[in-house]
Formats: sequence, C-alpha cells, structure tokens
Amino acid sequence: MIKCKTSKEIGGMGHSKKRKEDARFIQGKGNYVDDIKLPGMLYMDIVRSPYAYAKIKNIDSSKALEIPGVIAVVTGKDLEKYNLHWMPTLMSDTQMVLPTDTVMYQAQEVCAVIATDRYIARDGKEAVIVEYETMKPLMDPFEALDPEAPVLRSDQEGKTDNHIWHWEVGDKEKTDDVFNNADITVKQQMHIPRIHVASIETCGCVASYNKVENHLTMYMTTQAPHAIRTVIALVAGHVGLTEEKIRVISPDIGGGFGGKVPVYPGYVIAIAVSFLTGSPIKWIEDRSENLQADSFARDYHITAEMAGTSDGKIQATRFKVLADHGYTDASANPSKFPTGLFSIGTGSYDYGTAYMEADAVYTNKPPGGVAYRCSFRVTEAVHAIERMTDMFAKKVGKDPAQLRMENFIKKEDFPWASPTGWSYDSGDYHAGLKLAMDTVGYAELREEQIKLRAEGKFMGIGISTFTEVVGAGPSKDFDILGIKMFDSAEIRVHPTGKAIARFGTKSQGQGHETTYAQIIAEELGIPMENIQIEEGDTDTAPYGLGTYASRSTPTAGAAAAMAARKLRDKAKKIAAHLLEVSEQDLEWEPGKFFVKGAPEKAKTIQEIVFAAYTNHPEGMEGGFEATHYYDPPNLTFPSGAYICVVDVDPETCDIKVRRFVAIDDCGNIINPMIVQGQVHGGLTQGIAPAMYEELIYDEAGNILNGTFMDYLVPTAVESPSWETGHTVTPAPHHPIGAKGVGESPTVGAPPAIVNAIVDAVAHLGIKHLEIPVTPFKLYKELKAVGYFDKQEA
Amino acid sequence: MIAEDFKYDAPVSLADAFALLHQYGDDAKILAGGHSLIPMMKLRFAAPTHLIDINNIPGLSYIKEEDGFLKIGAMSREVDLEESEIITSKYQIFTDASKLIADPQVRNFGTIGGNLAHGDAANDHPAVMMALDAEVEISGQDGKRTVSINDFFHGFYTTAIQHGEILTEIRIPVASGNFGSAYHKAERKVGDYATAGVAAVVQIDDNGVCTKAGIGLTNVNATPMRAERSEAALVGSMLSETDIAKAAQYASEDCNPSTDLRGDIDYKRHLVGVITKRMLNRAIQRAK
Amino acid sequence: MKTVTLKINGTEHTAEVSPRTLLVHLIRENFSMTGTHIGCDTSSCGACTILINGRSAKSCTILAVQADGKEITTVEGLATAEGLHPIQEGFHLNHALHCGFCTAGVMMRAVELLEKNPNPTEEEIRWGISGNLCRCTGYNNIVKAIQWTSAKLQGKELPSTEPVFV
Repeated sequence: MIKCKTSKEIGGMGHSKKRKEDARFIQGKGNYVDDIKLPGMLYMDIVRSPYAYAKIKNIDSSKALEIPGVIAVVTGKDLEKYNLHWMPTLMSDTQMVLPTDTVMYQAQEVCAVIATDRYIARDGKEAVIVEYETMKPLMDPFEALDPEAPVLRSDQEGKTDNHIWHWEVGDKEKTDDVFNNADITVKQQMHIPRIHVASIETCGCVASYNKVENHLTMYMTTQAPHAIRTVIALVAGHVGLTEEKIRVISPDIGGGFGGKVPVYPGYVIAIAVSFLTGSPIKWIEDRSENLQADSFARDYHITAEMAGTSDGKIQATRFKVLADHGYTDASANPSKFPTGLFSIGTGSYDYGTAYMEADAVYTNKPPGGVAYRCSFRVTEAVHAIERMTDMFAKKVGKDPAQLRMENFIKKEDFPWASPTGWSYDSGDYHAGLKLAMDTVGYAELREEQIKLRAEGKFMGIGISTFTEVVGAGPSKDFDILGIKMFDSAEIRVHPTGKAIARFGTKSQGQGHETTYAQIIAEELGIPMENIQIEEGDTDTAPYGLGTYASRSTPTAGAAAAMAARKLRDKAKKIAAHLLEVSEQDLEWEPGKFFVKGAPEKAKTIQEIVFAAYTNHPEGMEGGFEATHYYDPPNLTFPSGAYICVVDVDPETCDIKVRRFVAIDDCGNIINPMIVQGQVHGGLTQGIAPAMYEELIYDEAGNILNGTFMDYLVPTAVESPSWETGHTVTPAPHHPIGAKGVGESPTVGAPPAIVNAIVDAVAHLGIKHLEIPVTPFKLYKELKAVGYFDKQEA
Repeated sequence: MIAEDFKYDAPVSLADAFALLHQYGDDAKILAGGHSLIPMMKLRFAAPTHLIDINNIPGLSYIKEEDGFLKIGAMSREVDLEESEIITSKYQIFTDASKLIADPQVRNFGTIGGNLAHGDAANDHPAVMMALDAEVEISGQDGKRTVSINDFFHGFYTTAIQHGEILTEIRIPVASGNFGSAYHKAERKVGDYATAGVAAVVQIDDNGVCTKAGIGLTNVNATPMRAERSEAALVGSMLSETDIAKAAQYASEDCNPSTDLRGDIDYKRHLVGVITKRMLNRAIQRAK
Repeated sequence: MKTVTLKINGTEHTAEVSPRTLLVHLIRENFSMTGTHIGCDTSSCGACTILINGRSAKSCTILAVQADGKEITTVEGLATAEGLHPIQEGFHLNHALHCGFCTAGVMMRAVELLEKNPNPTEEEIRWGISGNLCRCTGYNNIVKAIQWTSAKLQGKELPSTEPVFV
C-alpha cells in the first residue's frame, strides 16, 4: 500500500487520480498536428528514393507543375542557394535535407511537391520523374568495416573508411586478466535488431512563416520543442530567422517513444518553403514513410561474454558492439555519449570488472538511433547482461533465480560504484525478485516444467532483473549540442489560490497534466484539480530539454517540487505576518500553516496566496510565482524483476506467453494508476521486439516490411494480460524520491521473454535465440538440433 | 495515401452494372467490400479508371439452404457468416475461417464474393470452398453460368470471371449425415495472411468409413490448391491415425510454397502437415 | 465531382467530393470533425474507426461516395446532452488511454462490440479489438474499460476502477 500525505481532495503523491487530460481525448477534441488548419495553408508531399544508393541524374518536375494546384517542386539544388540543403545531427554529424547529387538510403527525401490540397500534392509527387544511376549499396555493417569497402561518406573531407567512432569504458587489462583465469566463461554473439517506434500518429508539421513580422510559428510533432527552436535558429539564423522570431508549438502528440525527438528533413523543407512562399505549409507523413524513413532504434551487434567461478559468482563481463548507424550518425543521445548509457550493462550484479567497447559504421540504411521507449541504449545493454546471466547460470548448473539472488548488489551497498563508472543511487533487488517469484509461483512452475517435459511439452520460465539508468542528466556530463540537460518548472498561483504551471517537457501520453499537478499539490496543498499544467509552447513555457529517456519526473518533476518549495517558503513568511507569529512558531501540514500547539490558529494556502496579492508584508515582492531549473546531482536507477512463463507448441512452434509478472521499483510513486499504465504499455513494447518487430532489408537495400501489413505491431491478442506490482526504494538525491518508469518495462521485458523461450527448449540443446523469436525462427533452431528428425523417427 | 482519380458509379441493378462494365471496358473494376481493392489503390498498386460499386444492388446478400445447396449471396459480408445460425450450427469451417480473416471492422464490409473474386491464394475462403466442393455462379449480360471451384482460380489475381461478369452466388452441397469441417491458418499475428492454412472437410458413414474428404490449402501455392492425393487417401478409409498422417504427409509434399517473410519452403510444408492433421481431427470430431 | 449527403451524429451534411475522397478525409477536412484519426495506409491500425449504420468501419478504406445516404457516428457523437457515453466514462475511469490518438477508434469499435455481445469474455474483447492498434497502453486497461462499460450498460454492479497490483 502506498501511503499518502495529502487528502484525496488535495490529491498529492500516491493518489490514483483520474487523468485531467482525458476529457478532450475521449470526446474527440484533442488537438494533434494534422487537426491544425490555417488560412491559405498549402500541403507538401515528398518524393522519395526507390533506391538505397544512387546518383540523381535529373529531376523533371515539368509534368507535376502542369497539374492544376501544384505550386512548386523544391529540390536540393533550390535549397542549396540558401545553404539549407543540409543540417547538423544531434551527434554533430551532417544530414542532407534534400540531396543535391546522391541518395544514400531507400525512402530518402528527393524533392518536395507543394500544392493547394493534399490529394493534388500526392498526384504531383507521382508525376515527378527522377532519373537515377544506381550503385551497389552497403547493407552489412561488418562488410562496411572492410578496408576494401567503398567509402560512403565521400562528402566528409579526408574520409577513407566507413568507421564513425570508437568508444570504450572499463578496465581492459584487468578484465582480460579475469577472463584468462576464470573457471567458467560464456560467450554469445547477438543482434538487437533495427526496429521502429511506430507511434500511431506519424510525424508532421505546419510551418507558418509571417513575412511581415519575420516570425515563424512551427507546429510540430516534437518531444523537445525548446531544443528544436534552438536547432532551427542554428540552421536558419543566417537567413534572418533568429531564435526570438521562432515559436515552436508541440500540440497533442499521438505517441513519441523517442521517434519524435529528431529533426527530420520534412520539417526543415516545410520551414524553408513557408519562408520562401509566405504561406503556411502542412506536411504529414504516411505510415509507410514513417516506417521507412524516420529514425530507427537499436541495431546493435553485440559479442557478449561473462566470466565467473564454478560455484556461480560473476566476476567480469566483456561486451563488444558494432553499431549500424545507417547513412549518418543521427542518434538521439547526449553529446558526450555516443553509445548512450550502454555502459549500464553490468546490470544488477555485484562484480568489479568490466570492459565494453563499441564501433559505429555507416551503411546505406536510414539514419537514426532513437530510444523506442528506452533511455539511450539501455535496452541493448540489459539484453546482453540478462542473456549472459542466464547462459552463465546454465553453464554452472544453477537455477537462474538462485544465481541472480547470489550475485545481486545488496540493499545496504548503495550507493554502489559500478565498474563502468556509475553511482547507483538505491535499490532492493532481492526484494523485487522475491516478490516476483512468490507472485508467479516459481517453485511450482519449475515442478510443472519437469512434468510437462516428460510429456513432450515445452514450457519455459524466464527472468530478467534489470537496472535502468534514467533522468539525464547532471549538467557536468550531460548536454545536447552543448545545452545542458536540466529541466524546468514555472508555477504561478493566482489570487484565488488556483494555479497554472508550465514545463520544458512535453507529454506524449505520459499524463503530465495530472502527475505534475499532483507533485505541486503535494508540496503546496492546493488541490490538484485547481492546478492547470501547460507544456509545449516555447513562447510561454520555461526552457527545457523535453520528454524522453524517462527524464520528465526525474528532472521536470523535481523542478516542480523545488519551485513549489520556494513558494512554500514564501507562504511561511506571509503566514507568519498574517498570524503575527515568528516563522519558527509555524508548522506545515498539506494546505495550511498553523501555530505550533495552537492548530486553530492557521492560515490556509489559499488565504496566504490571496494575501500575497492583497496584504503582503512590507519589503516582500508581491505575487506568488516561482521558477526552478533543476540540475540533477545524479541519474536515477530504477530497477525491476520480471518473470515470464511461455508455452511453446512442439509442432507449430507457436509461442504463447502464459503469464508475465513485472515488479518495478521506480522509487516513490506519484500516481499508481498512471505508473501501472506506463508499465502495461512498456511491456507490450517489450514483447514487440522480443517476438514480432524488426525492420528487414534485402541486399539491394529494399525494405521488405515497410507497412503495418508486415511490420508487426502487437494487438490485444498478442499482448498477454500483464500482472504488475512494485517495491518502493526512493531515490535519495531526488526531491520527491521518484525515479522515472516509462521505459523500464520495454527495457526489461525482452530478455525475460527470450530467456523463457530458451528455457522451454533448453533441454534440446538450444542455448540462445535471436530476437524477434518467431515460430519460424524457433522451428529452424529446433530443426537444426535434430528435434523434428527424432519426432518423425 | 491517396488513390489516383477515377470515375464512380453505383448502379442499383445487375443489368445496369453489366451495362457500365461494357461501357467502360477493361479499366473498370467492381467495388464490393473494397477492403482489398481500396488499400491497393491508395498504395497506387492498382489504378482503375472506373469503379462500379455493387453495394447498392439488392438481392446479392443471403445465406440459405435450397435445392440441396447452401447458397451464399456473393455480397454477404464476413460478419453475416459469423452471425448466421445455419453457418454456426452446421458449417463451422466458416466460423473458424472468418475469425481469422483480417479484423472485425474489415469483416463488417469484406464480402465472401470479393474474397474469392480477388483470386488471391493468400485469402482464406478459396481453400475453404475447395474443401467444401463449392461451385460459383457468375452472371453477365448473357445470363448466368456455373463454374466449379476447381476451375475458378486461373492464376495470380485472375479467375474464371470474364470482363463484364460479376460473381453472384456461391453454392455448397448441403451438409448431411456425419459431416464435419474445420479451418485453421498459422499467422504471424492476428489478422495476417496465412503462413499456411488448411481447410478440411469429412463425411463419415455409419460404419465409420470416410465417404467424402475435402482438403484445401491457403497461401502455399501460386493459386489456391486442393490436396487431391490427401483426399484420395482418406476416402474409403476408417480415418485412423495412420490414414490421417498419410493425408497430412501428402498435403505437405504436394503443396508448392515459396519463401517469404512468413517462412521458408521447409517450414511451410511442415506447417501444412501439422495443420492438416489437426484440422482433420477437428473435422472428424465435429462429424461425430 | 459527386454530391454526397449523409447524416453524421444525427445532423445532415452535404458536400461535393471527387470519387477518390476517403470518408475519413470528408469527415475531417470537409466537416472539420477531427476526432477521427489516420494512423496507417493499409487498414491495419483502426484509428479511423467510425460507425456506418451502426457497424464499425475503417473510414480510411471507404470512399466518401460510398457513405452517401448513410448514418455515421463518430467520437464526437458519443456524448449526449445528458453526459458522456458509458464507453467514454469507462475509458476515463479505467485509464484506458495515454496519448489519445487511437482512443476514438477503439471506443467506436467497442461500442459495436458491446451492442452485439453485451457480456463479452476477456478473450472475446481482445479478439474484438484486434483491428485497433494501441502503442501506449498495453491493452490491459482497454480490456478493463470495456468490461466496466459492459457492466454499466447492463445495469450490473460496477467493477472497481482502482488499479490492482500483485
């Protein structure tokens, strides 16, 4: 049971308050980007390359321009005149907005058609004739590393290979030494495949440039409106579009999951065209464009190793990564972290030695490297460590739960210094796993498994006990293009005691309008119903880096608490003035200050706020407002213990998740209902890459599953009925002890599922399965170990 | 996604529809449920210049037993099959199949005639019809003709329907005696086209001898196919485990799948074998 | 161009459209009812689900001209002067929506599902909404919301809307 300090009416932390934002969504009154219509608005559609690697010989737009209603066809050469044909990526690489001579991946933007209507724009797109001279694309990242491989980025001066960067962390020598002397080592090559966030709303914008005012209003699907404003100013400042003349509005967002962090070429083209024509330009992607061209996630090839003693003590891990970044490094990572937070990959276990290295390469695939509901490459790391832990347990002959229990970092050992340099803030891993095991009935399941195996049936139990790292981040290490990754809150309380608060983050479904109000309600005792939350308009909200990487609660949530505390300090002064006592004589309970020992002598927060406007002490500033920019002292380290039970059909290889128990520890909980909802959603986005989703390309560079017909987003039928719970280990350095939760389940679920499937067929000699584990893939593996021969014989 | 422009007519009689088909020639297409055609037009894989919408023509949607046949009007929706008392009580093969076709919204509009006339080996009804030994009625300006389902599918997206004709009715010999039928497909996720699908029908006499067997296969051949060797192996047998295993093996051997994202040839043959066995067992169960 | 006259949420509307105009665009662009959304090209996601003569339909796969003379219900037509429709209440109280983008489509589908099957099992609900993709909620609470609405519509005792933890 979660204890609440505030009444239900105030609705502070711990209350499962129903969401304030629901009213408009359930009545069809949300305001998404495609709902925006401006007078004189034109529509843009984009011609895309059918080839993965080709020279553009000619673009003939004459037929398109003959269509009544087609206004213009904009090419890279047109943008080049204004130096707007390229843009910087978040990782300080460069990316074409529109190509001037070469296309580098299938579905890359080639030119844009502007028309009076979206149907006509589409006709115009079909009528543009582009002549290409195709080249053989480089699709395999290992081949891209070959010294003989053609150099893809010949636009980079002096570039002689396809290598982007090398990264490493940990003690190589010491790690090699442990491996050389260890009783037991296990090693596995694994691929964490390229996947796509596939938010149900695609990306799009309305760029509206007002020539008279020299002012741009940009309505766009972005998770980080403020950072985007700065990026636009950096790209377009030289044509006079400076930052004070840019207003970015992020309306309601139909799911983000990291896919709405990057700046896509379509946004920039729309801005450029609006700037040149003075008309508002709407651009809305189709689903196939979204899947085929927008940022991918994952695509890490990992060689993972673990060393330990024969009695099951983990001693060291060694990971080597090859990261396929596609045509440019457009990863959405903090600038100093080319592999994101991959170095969390030592997991929840107490051992002192690890070494990790990674190399990134260019290929002829779309650029990207976004989260897919994950804090910067944590999913890849967790998959590696949790698979290796199971393989190690198998090799030493220990139950995987037992082995984990024996290797966990102990509750009393926090803060814990990880071998890759993190300081884990808090955790109680033993309690989490114990609760998960008790809930699922672990011992009984193991007995059932023995029985079922004897009957020739396959059932598997898989565990994942992960540690996440979220809430980026402390400004000494974390920045994006130099901008420190703090976040902000501004609270204004009106004379009647009702408030509005604004944030630098932007909800895409996380429920900020409810949870931020609850944080402020907790601190000030103003009912959450009376606190209006606003985000997403750069003209009104304080600067912040946005919502991704489970950072909103750890950063902006903390900022809300800190700003509210500034106001409570002011409230105390006013209360002392009104009650004619000294501040030391006052005590706070949510909603009022009262005189110690005389509770009837009290002033409610509403009375105090009213006084701030009508009767404030001499020498004090009037009004009741505060702003806080919160720079976190550390990241937060949520954790989880997940257990998955699967049944596998021994003939068809169909895999059914029978049960899935998820115990999360995200520290103190603001709204249990919303946390649970986040966990449910994250789990379904965990089963997705584990069993269904992968972007597949052929050797010629064609995507083979670029629509929802073949890119298999799970429905309610594939998704099991999730069972969730929590342990609560507050973050000691965070003002409200919260850690962030939106992504934990996506990070933690895939290895639990794969471990379960491997466990179901482990007795046949199968040690590892690559995700997504489909029935087809499992069939091939079972066939390879001769299982079906035995069946037929 | 937006289709190329086209002309549209919604005739209210078959005679008008035929006249329009003749007037517009080869570039005209019939619009029934539209849930295969319209997505293809939106993706610009299809670009008919005329659409002739036959949804407003009365009398093409019914499910009834008459003259020894189960007669299904070609414009009957999948949902009509799901909700029909005759179907759910006697022809469970349709209930099995309908549940696995696309999703409920699509089944509200998708028609059984369209599912067949599309001529796609990935659709589910062709195999079901083959197992049931159906015949279809094709209507045109010169009258009606009847075509056995065995002669209906000519190739990739092509059928026995000539230009100017419309599929109007499907006829299935009425189920009698110990009749059982079943359908299942392996799919990557709900609503997907089949990785492999099997329709099985058996008729058993009072001595337990199989008097009639029908096996149709989905998406494991360029056109919908009947597993003839399997059927022959079953008719006259006592449907023992060995008989069923033999039928399953023949179906697996005789199908002609191709490798795609859903699986390779070996896997699909394997699935055909497994599902044939299971559907035969289910059909036998239902026959009893 | 063709003239289309149809009733949307009880009010008659007329528009001149080209035959290729999709019903979803007619509703969103011509009549400015933007509660119905578009999430894919291939009739896969169900964000555009509305009711046509009471049947749930993917309005991105139906031409505006096909809706001539039909009665359409969109999410905007669910609530009445008396208040929210039970499905809207059910979704709100059970936290069955996050970003809200798929919500209208799922609710419209659920309305027909419950009309045909007033007391569905969990399995029937899951299969019944299999034509609607939701990327945020993991479906648990959508199922719960539909169960709650089922109880409400039948005048049964309402299940708790509090989250249940292990």
